Amino acid sequence: MNSLGEALRGAVDLLFSGDTTLGGIVALSLAVSLSAVALATLLGLPLGAAIAVGRFRGRRALIVLLNALMGLPPVVVGLLVYLLLSRAGPLGDLGLLFTPPAMVIAQTVLVLPIIAALCRQSVEDAWIEYEEQLRSLGAAGVRAALTLIWDIRFSLVTAVLAGLGRALAEVGAVIIVGGNIDGVTRVMTTTIALETSKGDLPLALSLGFILIALVIMLNAAAHLIKEAAQRRYG
Amino acid sequence: MASAHGILPLKLNDLRFDAGGRTIIHGISAQITAGPATIILGANGAGKSVLMRLMHGLLRPTSGSIDWHGQAEPRVRRGQSMVFQRPVMLRRSALDNILYALKLARVPAAERKGIAMEALREVGIADIAHRSARVLSGGEQQRLALARAWALHPEVLFLDEPTANLDPGATREIENVIKAFDASGTKIVMSTHNLGQARRLGDEVLFIHQGRLAEQTPIETFFRQPASAEAAAFVKGELPWV
Amino acid sequence: MGMILRVALALLVSASVHAQPKFITVASTTSTEQSGLFKHLLPAFEKKTGIQVRVVALGTGQSLDMGKRGDADVVFVHAKQLEEKFVAEGYGVKRFEVMYNDFVLVGPKTDPAKVGGGKDIVAALQKIKAVQAPFASRGDKSGTHFAELQLWKAAGIDIAKDKGPWYRDTGSGMGPTLNTAAGMNAYALTDRGTWLSFKNRADLVISVEGDQRLFNQYGVILVNPAKHAHIKKEMGQAFVDWVISSEGQAAIAEYKIDGKQLFFPNAKN
Repeated sequence: MNSLGEALRGAVDLLFSGDTTLGGIVALSLAVSLSAVALATLLGLPLGAAIAVGRFRGRRALIVLLNALMGLPPVVVGLLVYLLLSRAGPLGDLGLLFTPPAMVIAQTVLVLPIIAALCRQSVEDAWIEYEEQLRSLGAAGVRAALTLIWDIRFSLVTAVLAGLGRALAEVGAVIIVGGNIDGVTRVMTTTIALETSKGDLPLALSLGFILIALVIMLNAAAHLIKEAAQRRYG
Repeated sequence: MASAHGILPLKLNDLRFDAGGRTIIHGISAQITAGPATIILGANGAGKSVLMRLMHGLLRPTSGSIDWHGQAEPRVRRGQSMVFQRPVMLRRSALDNILYALKLARVPAAERKGIAMEALREVGIADIAHRSARVLSGGEQQRLALARAWALHPEVLFLDEPTANLDPGATREIENVIKAFDASGTKIVMSTHNLGQARRLGDEVLFIHQGRLAEQTPIETFFRQPASAEAAAFVKGELPWV
Repeated sequence: MGMILRVALALLVSASVHAQPKFITVASTTSTEQSGLFKHLLPAFEKKTGIQVRVVALGTGQSLDMGKRGDADVVFVHAKQLEEKFVAEGYGVKRFEVMYNDFVLVGPKTDPAKVGGGKDIVAALQKIKAVQAPFASRGDKSGTHFAELQLWKAAGIDIAKDKGPWYRDTGSGMGPTLNTAAGMNAYALTDRGTWLSFKNRADLVISVEGDQRLFNQYGVILVNPAKHAHIKKEMGQAFVDWVISSEGQAAIAEYKIDGKQLFFPNAKN
């Protein structure tokens, strides 16, 4: 138990040390994961909403598939994206492997099903309330889906946060497509993995606490925004 | 008012609707003309709501046809509005809710605000135009729903038990707005439980009993001398819940 | 929609390409990276040439695979037979020896196999198998793993057939394998560099060292530009040349942990 206490103190020391390497690692983690979540939100919200209000053959199978993809193992995603971006692969000429954009791509693939599936569920629940009125006014299909997304935007924050949590926490995808290159593609989770494998467990744990603190802060901020908005808009 | 391009009269031909293995509407034929405010009466579960949704196009009949004076979509949709028992508003201001409906109806952008404000004034909630719609009271939201329908200037206004969830004060306010709609020439088709309300607002009655049209009569005749035994029982308050 | 995707992808690519200085990708092993050698070595090279060296540290097997795919410009690993095969199959231009260090056998202080202080690795392995003392293996096609397999062979043991529950195949890098060994009080074969910088030793100590058969040679190879046109051959060659030059070799010799030299330069000039 005193290794926990040591790690906590280590985390605080690290935070206030102004270590630029650590700063760079945290900044890169945020940049990669926030970009991936932004992309996944842009693609995933309309996708989820369209499935929610649409009626087409194979819809149920698609919903089951989407829900299942929420559990995509990060390491498998990493491997697939690696094979895609490798020089020997179809998109090799883009030269994206071992760069932050590759990490963003891998995390987007990982997070997209989460955001789409949770959005689908929320929109479908809202559709029960809104469907008749919207159809009566002449909104259907895409129009209705987009109106609903905007109207339930605050409860979609939960879906986006779930995606962000997943992105910040995963290591399997970014370590394969990023290569954990010092100063280029090293993020918090890959650094924790590296320090653990080097046997420096207190340092790894300290970094872990910093990561957890970061995630808690992001969640708290989102929660406050959500509450304020609910009070204003009902 | 009926006109060459109007969507009235509405002719229902042998309309039938099945769902969940049951027949809910059994071959209803009727004609709904411009002019008289039509009240759809019936016990709970008789099929009033389903019938209204069939007419408005929210449900598709299993068999039979719905003929709006030979007109086609989108003219048919544009000519109708519906107000539901529970108003459904978007998370925006009262004014913005009406603007949304006007946008969907492709009303030119420059005209929208004027039309919306006029509608809000008509129902008496212009002073809360900028309040968030979903935090308004039940009565205010229902008036907003009416304003939204008003702004679209429909030929036919469907109302599905619009005051069922409101207190007597709010109910009176809504009834006044409906009367104003009626006076301005909009055809009213309304379902209600409230026999007093039916008498106050209606000119004719379509009485639905267990999915069938039992009778279509002028309002006073219906209450004094209903043609069908079921209607007589209903009026006497003896109709069992289906 | 397709247009938007293409524009977005082009922006992504230009952002990733133009934002970067000139650099090469070197596929190396976890032992060179985690021992801290590259952190010491690369700044000198970068200062001299302005070329940033991006090291992707995997096992030898994975590094050579990267070379075959053209995902790295240079490979820097320690498995002579595999390296020579790599060049023979046309994936690499030429193999140069760079430096060596040695492997050591670490084990629990309690030394159940009674091999501590010995200088004969083959005899030690035979004793470990005889008493079925726990042994943690890399099992990940790394240079270290290969070396371990050769040693079992030299001891006359067919480890694939004769292993029992005492032989723990971790399938992971040197660090994690040492973590496992420390946690289970097991013996393990490790390169000295990783051992010297490993901080989670628990009750492990060096049991056997100094055997000639524990010699661990590192080689550097430029990936063949004939197989992959985009290989940065001038910059890659500059790195290879520098690492075997007297300057690079001196930098390697300079690297010490707690006063102990980790790698011994032996390029043939």
